[in-house]
Amino acid sequence: MKKINRRSFLKGGLAGTAVVAGTAVSKESSASQSFGGYPDSMGVLVDFTKCVGCRSCEAACNKEQGLPAPDKPFDDMSVYDEIQHNGQKRRTSEKAYTIVNRYKVKDREAGPVFRKFQCNHCNEPACLTSCFVNAYTKTKEGAVIYDPTVCVGCRTCMIACPFYVPAYSYSSPINPVIKKCIMCYDTRLKFGRPPACVEACPQEVMTFGKRKDLIKIGNARIRSNPDKYIDHIYGEKEVGGTAWMYLSDVPFDQIGFNTHIGEQPIISYVKEFLTIVPMVLTIWPALFTGFHLLANRKEALKNEKPSGKE
Amino acid sequence: MTQVRKKIILLLITLALAGWPAAHCLAESGPESATLDRLANLYEAVNFNHSAHVDITEGNCAECHHHTTGAVPTNPKCLKCHPGGQESDSMACQDCHSAKRFEVAYLTEIESNTQLYHIDKPGLKGAYHQKCMGCHQTTGGPTGCQDCHVRNEKGDEFFHAGNFSPAPVAHNGGH
Repeated sequence: MKKINRRSFLKGGLAGTAVVAGTAVSKESSASQSFGGYPDSMGVLVDFTKCVGCRSCEAACNKEQGLPAPDKPFDDMSVYDEIQHNGQKRRTSEKAYTIVNRYKVKDREAGPVFRKFQCNHCNEPACLTSCFVNAYTKTKEGAVIYDPTVCVGCRTCMIACPFYVPAYSYSSPINPVIKKCIMCYDTRLKFGRPPACVEACPQEVMTFGKRKDLIKIGNARIRSNPDKYIDHIYGEKEVGGTAWMYLSDVPFDQIGFNTHIGEQPIISYVKEFLTIVPMVLTIWPALFTGFHLLANRKEALKNEKPSGKE
Repeated sequence: MTQVRKKIILLLITLALAGWPAAHCLAESGPESATLDRLANLYEAVNFNHSAHVDITEGNCAECHHHTTGAVPTNPKCLKCHPGGQESDSMACQDCHSAKRFEVAYLTEIESNTQLYHIDKPGLKGAYHQKCMGCHQTTGGPTGCQDCHVRNEKGDEFFHAGNFSPAPVAHNGGH
């Protein structure tokens, strides 16, 4: 039998590490490919040039989702003047999964821009990947839904979401959970019907359809009215693409959109690091224990020899 | 030369005059008024005064009815397929603008029918509001929701307004 000396052990160890590292890298590169969304998933194209700020969508959402009564009637336009304690406009909450905000834009003939927002239902949702109890699901229809019975209320998804959408039921002292728009999945989307807000909108600000068709429609609108629209469909590519996409006649950063959000899904920022974690946890302990034993081998032999003589 | 030119001008004037009553008659053949009650679950029906709007648009039916009355479309893009002069089978909004715009059957049709050009045609509610509001905003017509359709009790409940208004909150937010 071949005697294992220090040199051959180290050689074997290094080669083994290289092989494992190699397979880890190839796995990682295949995992890095963007998911890009389910092929026939649905979406909504929101055209801000058409919104008149009537808040019918907010009322419809409230009714459909069985949310608590609002603080002010849905025909009360004074909400547009509300500024929250953090100096920002209204945002989604446990009582409102969708919000319309007003943005005054200089020299816009049609007056202020009304911007509806809600969960954008990302193709690769950061909330989903950040959730350690797997409460979130991206359905084939395109909705990002969640199971409140699983939610432990850790609020990691609130931090992970690049759009600051998930809200928290702070009013519930016993079992606070995450609250957000589910694109009316349970009651409508599952059956091929549009979300309640889309159906309620008098101006047809929102167009419901297959996401791939909506991109075609959005591009056609820009093409047929190039002087009116900003040449960009927000959400087509942002953070890996979202089911809800937006058209505007004013630059998106002027109506509260983050235009520096990038086109990478949020998961891609941590994917590489996360692939290394199992390798570090499994190989490093064995490898360094081996190094430690080898380094102390002579010491151990020394201690053994005297006992052998006796 | 001048004689010929005069004749041509006269001919043009005659043609224009002949065309005018034709267009006018077409407009006159429209209904006096129309009842719009698609949103009757939330609002009282709208009694749309059609003849008043014929007067407002000075008989230019294409302002609302596009090319369907046989009028020449104002948008050059439409002219490519609708040169004018062809009256459509129907001029009613709902016969082109579907009240079921987002239902599966409609979505399947616009996806599978590759010959279909108008894949982005507004549904009936959208068509009404975009057309009405678009014009009212520029011409100073009424633009408030209830200026055209007054909410009924179900509408008040839907909007949490009127008798269904929430109790006023003394102070909003704790900070």
